[in-house]
Amino acid sequence: MEAYDVVDLKRISNVIRRKVIEMVYSAKSGHPGGSLSAADILTVLYFKEMNIDPLHPDDPDRDRFIMSKGHASPGLYATLSVRGFFPESFLSGFRKLNSKLEGHVHRGVPGVEVSTGSLGQGLGVGVGMALAGKLDQRSYRVFVLVGDGEIEEGNIWESIMAANKYHLNNLIAILDRNRIQLDGFTRDIMPLNNIPDMIASFGWNVIEIDGHDHNQIISAIEEAKESLEKPTFVVANTVKGKGVSYMENNPKYHGSPPASEEEYRLAISELSGGE
Amino acid sequence: MISESLRETYGEELAILGEGHKNLVVLDADLSSSTKTSIFGKKFPDRFFNMGISEQSMVTAAAGLALSGKKVFASTFAVFLMRTYEQMRQSVCYNNLDVNFVVTHAGITVGEDGATHQIVEDVGIMSGLPNMKVIVPADSYEARSVIDYLVESGTGPNYVRLSREKFPLLYDDNYSFHPGVSSTLRDGSDITIIGMGVMVSFALKAAEILKQKGIGVRVINMSSIKPIDKKAIIKAANETGRIVTVEEHSIYNGLGSRVAEVISENHPVHLKRLGMMDTFGKSGKSWELFDYFHMGVDDIVKVSEECFRKETYYENIS
Ligand SMILES: Cc1ncc(C[n+]2csc(CCOP(=O)(O)OP(=O)(O)O)c2C)c(N)n1
Repeated sequence: MEAYDVVDLKRISNVIRRKVIEMVYSAKSGHPGGSLSAADILTVLYFKEMNIDPLHPDDPDRDRFIMSKGHASPGLYATLSVRGFFPESFLSGFRKLNSKLEGHVHRGVPGVEVSTGSLGQGLGVGVGMALAGKLDQRSYRVFVLVGDGEIEEGNIWESIMAANKYHLNNLIAILDRNRIQLDGFTRDIMPLNNIPDMIASFGWNVIEIDGHDHNQIISAIEEAKESLEKPTFVVANTVKGKGVSYMENNPKYHGSPPASEEEYRLAISELSGGE
Repeated sequence: MISESLRETYGEELAILGEGHKNLVVLDADLSSSTKTSIFGKKFPDRFFNMGISEQSMVTAAAGLALSGKKVFASTFAVFLMRTYEQMRQSVCYNNLDVNFVVTHAGITVGEDGATHQIVEDVGIMSGLPNMKVIVPADSYEARSVIDYLVESGTGPNYVRLSREKFPLLYDDNYSFHPGVSSTLRDGSDITIIGMGVMVSFALKAAEILKQKGIGVRVINMSSIKPIDKKAIIKAANETGRIVTVEEHSIYNGLGSRVAEVISENHPVHLKRLGMMDTFGKSGKSWELFDYFHMGVDDIVKVSEECFRKETYYENIS
């Protein structure tokens, strides 16, 4: 793979964001907010940090990625297509009958490791993959993207305990800390006072960053890769709906596409700025 | 046909009943804007608890509230309640508590969200729980009547299955729901179609087409899956001799299985079950999915004709 610099990565993030908007607008449904907040993280993972090859999606030594918050399927599908796992033309079938692109992340799609959509389960699946990596003495790493609403699931904390117990330094979780869930702001629905401290107290390495700063994402992942014993949680502070003015920090766009042709055009034009 | 949203009706009715019933409390798990418990929540913020994306916590807290004298309604999407099966079994059903699980977005009428969200196993899972009653309203009048019944005279545990889509109206304000009692929406003497949920209105359309083909169809809405209306099933077996079941659910452990149990123990007759054939759902528009999974009106007509023309009780298995 060619080496991308930060300027390239920023450009790719915007391409992914535009595709997210196109997909949910064409499907007239889907989840833009949490896809846009995760776009920079996905870009860094797929275009810089992960050891993957679209031509060999089954390579036993590949790094694994799990989209634990499976409603962010537009973000993952767009990333996979831009990275070459499948033709970009597939994206227009998103959420439609006779398309592979199921509404929530689906394992039948090239590059997808596991189907998700019920929150709270992906981190535990990652624990299993990381345990298998140790057993088989393989050097791959397992990356899991988790939502900040999603961590209200008890299953997440059970998996956090297990990863600590088995010293899964090959497991890297990333929290998309966009402060919004479905019914509203996380502080109103289920306040969690200090997430980094909470996770650290379970024995994990915790790194807090700006989740839209590609340089910070890169250095956090690099640091996580050096961890000798502990699993790492990267707490990435993000903005839900990032890049589209009317979607930013607006709970309405958790699960709603642009409401009109004007909104659609505005989103695409804002995401095309600087090009 | 006019259609109305059952979940909208649910939220509105709860908010109305909350006025007279001060011990009514409502819980949700970060889906209140979709299940419509938000309508109650806005009106009675003190008696509404959004437990976050923590279904197990919601169900166990529901048990505690019920043990403290509250009438409890707890809502989320059907599929996500299922992860609390064991909490429901242990803390709610074994203690036989007045907890009413009213879930939305069941079945394939979830549409575009796809297979992960389209649960077609829930009626079976819930029916297996001792003490649990299982109710599947077919339109919004019936949904309202069910909620009225549960608040005013029913006792939990109950499982009420609602949908995302609007369903065609079948009843009017005079309808009143009673557990264990089905309603016959159309009479005929050649065959009986027993339906559940939105499939009842599909069955009525199919019955109209079958009539033109000279086949008289009785259509029964079996909204009370547990307890089930045994009398009506045995009567239909006796009088029409052939039964077709239609459900937006797996043919395993749902309406079809329950009907099969009743007729094989009491009055064996030809039976055909139409529903999801042991498969997961798929993303697509709700109504096009019924044809995709061979559960549309035309499929009901076809299966009913086959059942009607069948001569021997046993399949030829040689
Ligand atoms: C177990 C479960 N409960 C409820 C839902 C419904 N749901 C889908 S997305 C969502 C909010 C998720 O919020 P968050 O994890 O913060 O994701 P993000 O804001 O990044 O999109 C909810 C409640 C679900 N998918 N799974």
